[in-house]
Amino acid sequence: MNLNFWLPVLVLCSSLVTGLIIFFLKEKQSALRTSLNLIGASFKVVAVHYMAYRLLVLGEIHEASFSMGLGFDFLLRVDFLSLMFLALSSNLWLVTTLYAIGYLEGSANRSRFFGFFSLCVAASTGIALAGNLITFFIFYEFLTLTTYPLVIHRESTAALEAGRNYLWYTISGGSVLFVAIVWLHVLTGPFNFTDTGVLEALGPDRHLTLIFIFALLITGLGVKAALVPLHGWLPVAMIAPAPVSALLHAVAVVKAGAFGIVRVVFDVYGQHFAGFLGLLEPLALVATITIIFGSVRALMQTDLKKRLAYSTVSQVSYITLGTALLAPFSTVAAIVHLAHQGIMKITLFFCAGNIAETLGLHNIRDLNGVGRRMPLTSALFTAAAFGMIGVPPVAGFISKWYLGLGGLEAGQSWVIGVLMLSSLLNAAYFLPIIHSLWFKKPEKPWKELRKSRLEAPWTLLLPTLVTAVMSVLACLWADWTWSPLGVARQIAVGMGVYP
Amino acid sequence: MSVESGMILMPFAGAVACFLFSGRARIIAALTASLLTSAAAAVTVLQVFIHEEMRIPLGGWSQPLGIQLHIDGLSVVFLLMTAVVGLMVSIYSSVFFARQTEERHFWPLWLFLWAGLNSLFMVSDIFNAYVVLELVTICAAALAVLSGKVESLKAGLRYFLIAMAGSLAFLLGVGFLYAETGMLDMFALSEKVTGSLPLAVSFGLMTAGLAMKTALLPFHFWLPPAHGEALAPVSAILSALVIKASFFLMLRLWAGAFDPVVSVYAAQTIGFLGMAAVLWGSYQAVIQSRLKLVIAYSSVGQIGYLFLLFPLVFAVQETTWAAQAWTGGVYHAVSHALAKAAMFMAAGNLLIATGNDRIDNMRNVVGSLPLTTMSLGLAGISLMGLPPSGGFVAKWMLMQAVFASGQWWWAIALVFGGLLTAAYVFRILGHAFVSGDRQENIRPVPLILEAVPLILALGSILIGFRAEEVIFLLEERVLCQIPGGNSP
Repeated sequence: MNLNFWLPVLVLCSSLVTGLIIFFLKEKQSALRTSLNLIGASFKVVAVHYMAYRLLVLGEIHEASFSMGLGFDFLLRVDFLSLMFLALSSNLWLVTTLYAIGYLEGSANRSRFFGFFSLCVAASTGIALAGNLITFFIFYEFLTLTTYPLVIHRESTAALEAGRNYLWYTISGGSVLFVAIVWLHVLTGPFNFTDTGVLEALGPDRHLTLIFIFALLITGLGVKAALVPLHGWLPVAMIAPAPVSALLHAVAVVKAGAFGIVRVVFDVYGQHFAGFLGLLEPLALVATITIIFGSVRALMQTDLKKRLAYSTVSQVSYITLGTALLAPFSTVAAIVHLAHQGIMKITLFFCAGNIAETLGLHNIRDLNGVGRRMPLTSALFTAAAFGMIGVPPVAGFISKWYLGLGGLEAGQSWVIGVLMLSSLLNAAYFLPIIHSLWFKKPEKPWKELRKSRLEAPWTLLLPTLVTAVMSVLACLWADWTWSPLGVARQIAVGMGVYP
Repeated sequence: MSVESGMILMPFAGAVACFLFSGRARIIAALTASLLTSAAAAVTVLQVFIHEEMRIPLGGWSQPLGIQLHIDGLSVVFLLMTAVVGLMVSIYSSVFFARQTEERHFWPLWLFLWAGLNSLFMVSDIFNAYVVLELVTICAAALAVLSGKVESLKAGLRYFLIAMAGSLAFLLGVGFLYAETGMLDMFALSEKVTGSLPLAVSFGLMTAGLAMKTALLPFHFWLPPAHGEALAPVSAILSALVIKASFFLMLRLWAGAFDPVVSVYAAQTIGFLGMAAVLWGSYQAVIQSRLKLVIAYSSVGQIGYLFLLFPLVFAVQETTWAAQAWTGGVYHAVSHALAKAAMFMAAGNLLIATGNDRIDNMRNVVGSLPLTTMSLGLAGISLMGLPPSGGFVAKWMLMQAVFASGQWWWAIALVFGGLLTAAYVFRILGHAFVSGDRQENIRPVPLILEAVPLILALGSILIGFRAEEVIFLLEERVLCQIPGGNSP
C-alpha cells in the first residue's frame, strides 16, 4: 500500500465515514454510536501523528490527487501548514467528542448531531489538506452545509433564526469567494499552492485586477473569519450547544476562514508580492479594527457565551494581523496563534458549558462564587482567560510576544500599541468574571441540574482539563522542536521568511 | 434492427403492448421496454464515445431523399440523460400508480413520449424535428392532465395552447426556410444559409417557438401550474426531459443550421431573457408555500441558466472559452434533469405520506421519510451549484466563460440566482431539521419510491466528480460547429 497516497485519504475518511455511518444508527444505539465516534476520532489522531512523523522526520511527501476533468485536480497535499491545522483539529475533535457525549447525554436527535459533527470535522480536515484553491473551496462550502444543522440543533425559533442568519452570511461569502476563484483561474489557469510566482508572472497590466480579486477573496474568507463588518453571524450562532460553539470557534468555521486568509497571502499571492501590490496595509488595518472592535463589544456583553464569542472575533484577527505584517516573527505568530487560540478558546467554551449544564447559569452576573462549587472548572477558566489576556505561562503570551516582535521588526511599532490596548480590553472583560468566580459570595443556593460525584460529570471535566493543560504546556515547552511554536518556526523557515 | 433505431422502436413497441395488456402484464411490458431502451442508449453512447459520431440512413435511402439519423456527442449526452431519468421514472411509476385507473393511460403516453424524445435527439432533418416535437408535446400535454382534477385540466389546457402556438411558429419558420433554401437537413443547411430577410424571420420564428416550449421568460407562465399540478412522475418527466427537448433543438439550430446568421444581438437578447428568468423564477420559488410549486418555479429559474449559454457561445470575439460555455450549459441541463426529477418524485412521496405538500407541513414527516428528505437535500445542493455536484461543474464552466469573454454582467445571474436558490432550498430543508409533533396518520411510503429519487439525487452530485468524459463527448464528438471547438 502506498502510504504517501493513502494516508491523507484515510485521515479525511476517518471522520467522513464515521459521520455517514452514524446517520444510519437508531437513536437508541448510543453505545455503538459512542464507540464509533471515539474509534474514528482516536484513529484520526494516530494517523495524523504518524503522518506528521513521516513528513517531519522521514521527509515523505503525502499527496493524493484526482482529476476532476475541468483542467484542475482534486488535490490533497500535506505540508507543514496543513499539518498544524490537522493536528489541531484531530486532537480537538477527540476531546470535543468526549465532551459532547457527556453534554448531550439523553437529549434528542443525537444521531443527527454526531453525524453532522463528524462531517464538519471532515470538512475542516479537507480544508487543511487542500492542495489548491479549488479543493479548498469545495471543503469550505461543505463546511457551511455541515455546520448549519449543528447551529440549529436546538430547533427553537431563536436557533432557526440564527441558522438562517448564519446561512445568509456564509452562502453570500461563498459566492464572493467563488467569483474570485473563477476569475483568478481564468487569468492564470489551474495552479496549486506549491506553484509560487504564478501571479507575479502575469505582468503589471494585471495588477489592478489582482488587487480587486484579493479584495474579493478576503471578503469571501472574512465572513467565516469574522472580520468586521462581516462578523454579524457569530455572536448570534452562540445559540448552538456548547460543544458546537467550542468547535466552531476553535477549529472549524472561524479557523477555516483565518486559515484561508493565511493560505491566500502566503501560498497564492506570496507575502512579498502581496506587499508589493500594497495589499497588506489595508488587511492589517481591517484586522486591527476587528481586534479592537471585538474586544469593546465583548466588554458590553452580559451573557457569558456572547462575551466569549466577541472575544473570538477579536482573537482570531491576531492571525490575520500576523499574516499582514511583513516580518518573520509575525508570520510565526500568525501560524502559532492558529493553534494557541484554538486550545485556549475551546477551554473557555468547555468551562462555560460546564457551568451552564451543572448549575444552569448563563449570565455573568450570576457567576458569583461559582469557584466554591466548581473549583476545577473555575481554575481552568482562569488559566485560559489569563492566556487570552497574554499572561505567561499560558499559550496566548507566546502569540502576543511574537506578534509584538514582528511589529517592531517590520518597522510598524503601532502594533505594540494595538496589542497593549487589546490586552487591556481583554483584561477588562475577563478579570471581572474571574473576580466574581473566586472572590464574591454566592447569592442564592445552587440549582443542581445534574447529579455527579465530582463537580460535573467526568466526561465534561476531562476534556476541559486536557485542553487547559495543553494551553499551559504550549507556553512552558515552547522551545521544544515539536511544540506549536517549534512547528510554526519550521513552517516559517520552510517558507523562506525565517532565518 | 440496429441498436440506434431500437431506441425509437423499443418504446413504441412497449407503448403498444401497454395499450393492449392490462394488470401485471402491462407493468412487465413497460419495464422491459424501459430497460431495453436504456440499454440501447447506453450501447450507443459507448459506440460514439469509443468510435465516432454516426450518420445512419433509414430505410436504405441516402440523402437528400431519405431520412437520416445523426448521432453525435450532443445527442448521446441527451440520450443518456433521458435513459437514466426515464428508467428511474418507469421504476417509480410501476409502484406509484399501483393499479390505479391513471395507469392505463400513463404507460402508453409515457413510452410514446420517450420514443419521441429519443428520435428528436437523433434527428437531422428540420421537418422531422417538427413532427417528433409535436409527438412529444401532445403526449406531454395529455400526461399533464392525467389526474383529471379541474386545476390540472386548466393548467394542462393552457400548456397545450402555448405549446401549439410554439409549434406553429416553428412550422412557419420551417416553411420560410424550405422556401428560401430548398433543403431541410440541419447539418448541410449552414452552407446555404445567408443573411437574407426571410431567413432571419425564419430563424426568429423558430427560436421564439422553441423558447415558448422551453418556458423561457416571458413565456414561462404556463409552466408552474402545469408542472405543479401534474402527478409526481409526470412532473418529473415534464421538467427533466420535455423542456430539454426544445432546448436541444435550439442548440442544434443555433450551432448548426443557422450558424451564419446568428447575430450578437439575438444572442444577447436571449441571454438577458435568461437572466431575467433566473432572477424572477428563483424569487417566485422563494415565496411559494407549496412544495411542488417551489420546485416548478425553480425550473423557471434554472431554465434561465441554460440560455446564458447563447451569449457566451455566440456573442464572443475570442472563441477559446466558448466551448467552456457550451459544455457548461449542456452540463447544467443534465444535472438539472437529474436533480429536478429527484425533487419532484420526493415531493410525490410527501404527498403520499401526508396528503398535501404544504411546506410548513414538512416538519411532521421528516422523521418518517429520511431518505426522501436526503434526496431533497442532495438535489438542492446540486441546484445551488455548491461543490461537488453537477450544478457546480456547470456553474464553474459558465463563470469561467463569463470572465474570459468580458461579459461580466452574466455573473449577476449566476451569483444572485445561486443565492436565491439557496434561499428556497434551505426554506424547505430548514423544516427538515425541526422535529415537530409527529402526526399519527402518516401513510407508509414503499421503499422503492424513496430509493428512486435518492439515486437520481446522488447522480446529480456524483456527475460533479468527473466531467472529463462528458466534456470529451461535447467538444470532440460533435457534428455541429461550436465556436472554439473542433470543426466537423
